[in-house]
Amino acid sequence: MSSSSVLFDAPGPRAKRLYAAVGVGSIVVLLLILWFVIDKFNAKDQLTAAKWKPFLTGEIWTQYLIPGLVGTLIAAAISVVFAMLVGVLLGVGRLSTQAWVRWPSSVIVEFFRAVPVLLMMLFTYALYANYEVFPPERLALAAVVTGLTLYNGSVVAELVRSGVYSLPKGQGEAAMAIGLTSGKSMRLILLPQAITAMLPAIVGQLVVILKDTALGYIITYEELLRKAEQIGNFTSNLLPALIVVGAIFVIVNYLLSLAAQRVERMMRRRGRSAGGPLTADPTDQNAAIGAFAGAGASDTVDTN
Amino acid sequence: MDVISEFFSEYDGLQAFRTTIYLTLLSAVLALLIGTVVAVMRVSPVRVLQVIGTAYVNIVRNTPLTLVIVFCNLGLFLQLGVALANKDSNTFINDNNFRLAVVGLSVYHASFVAEAIRSGVNTVPLGQAEAARAIGLPFLKTLRYVVLPQAFRGAIAPLGNVLIALTKNSTVASVIGVTEASAVMKVMMENRPDVIFVVFGIFAIGFVILTLPVGVLFTSMSKRLAVKR
Repeated sequence: MSSSSVLFDAPGPRAKRLYAAVGVGSIVVLLLILWFVIDKFNAKDQLTAAKWKPFLTGEIWTQYLIPGLVGTLIAAAISVVFAMLVGVLLGVGRLSTQAWVRWPSSVIVEFFRAVPVLLMMLFTYALYANYEVFPPERLALAAVVTGLTLYNGSVVAELVRSGVYSLPKGQGEAAMAIGLTSGKSMRLILLPQAITAMLPAIVGQLVVILKDTALGYIITYEELLRKAEQIGNFTSNLLPALIVVGAIFVIVNYLLSLAAQRVERMMRRRGRSAGGPLTADPTDQNAAIGAFAGAGASDTVDTN
Repeated sequence: MDVISEFFSEYDGLQAFRTTIYLTLLSAVLALLIGTVVAVMRVSPVRVLQVIGTAYVNIVRNTPLTLVIVFCNLGLFLQLGVALANKDSNTFINDNNFRLAVVGLSVYHASFVAEAIRSGVNTVPLGQAEAARAIGLPFLKTLRYVVLPQAFRGAIAPLGNVLIALTKNSTVASVIGVTEASAVMKVMMENRPDVIFVVFGIFAIGFVILTLPVGVLFTSMSKRLAVKR
């Protein structure tokens, strides 16, 4: 939004009164909703000190929350590394001049973007279990990482492609003019600039990966959500545990989104790439679709 | 290829995909409603509404969907006793889980819808809103008659992306026992570990069939319905 004030005039005295009235009215409605929620919580004894106090003890943090956060972060970190590798390979593959490289890469990317991550996790979990690829205690982690890598790898591949497309044509032409082969031009000229342009979108994709690790809950991976359930069983305060874990997710992801915005601003200032920085909505599963729809345009907040 | 016939007869795979489609469509309608309201709040002249809208989007977008859905079941239903179906009905558990999943999916995707619509509002040229104000339309009428109709047409492509994501994310509903596609796939894989590749292939193709046409349709619609400027 360039500025929302385009939609309305600077308020005069009457409009000011109206806005104030609407403002007060909405605060009242908000308070009513809040009161209703609190009342509901109270009626079910969810607000008693016994339910919330455990979160002030060290044990809950050292036994559950921190190991859960570590599990979440480990799965996310491994997936990011693999997704980058897979993504750059597939992205370059899709841009290849050789049809026999280009077509399979395209099919793989489109396929893994169309299939739900959960389906891939369930499948790889069954696959690894049947063929005993990983030791049992690593099974869930391996399935989570594989699912996230395949999906986010194809998202990164699309980012690479849109990053290369966003570069001015002269870059590739100049590389050709000085006699570089198409492979060299990709490796030495286009890819470095494309990756720089992609950086904000990739940091944004981190949020998606981090959120999606919670799918691991379904295949019994020990991440934050699973730990919340265990806390609930341990101190019988499931609802507060879910709320605390939700807050942890929101804080971590919000910090990551802020980092993505900072990286983008930094790159806009430094301008190391011939194309503008790509932005993606740092959120849900298909972040990159937004990114290539709005390649270069900074405030396209395409979703998903 | 007896797995394929088992998919249709024994496991009623079509019914599973029908559940996926119902989940998706119901949640899409609800998410569109909530998302539009949130988007309007975010561009409104009232500061309080802006703050509420922004807070909603930032909190919901940064929470994992799995947590939202688990919260709907374990939190809303089991802990707080919020039931969305008739308790005396035979199908209470199924109905209730399905509706809780719809609530979770809608609340989650509404934040993305709101962002999509806001990006649509960004595609409307300044002159449009200025002209609307110049002829004396107040804020809500400016939105309703001038800005939003164009914004929706500008937001078709991102809204299509939300719908595709919603279709895929509806699989998460299996975590609270809704028997949609991924739940049935899991059962099939457990019963037939010898043919998991075929099973995965069937379900993956099912999702490709569901999502590809949506992508094609929304892309063509976004071009056809684009506001000529």
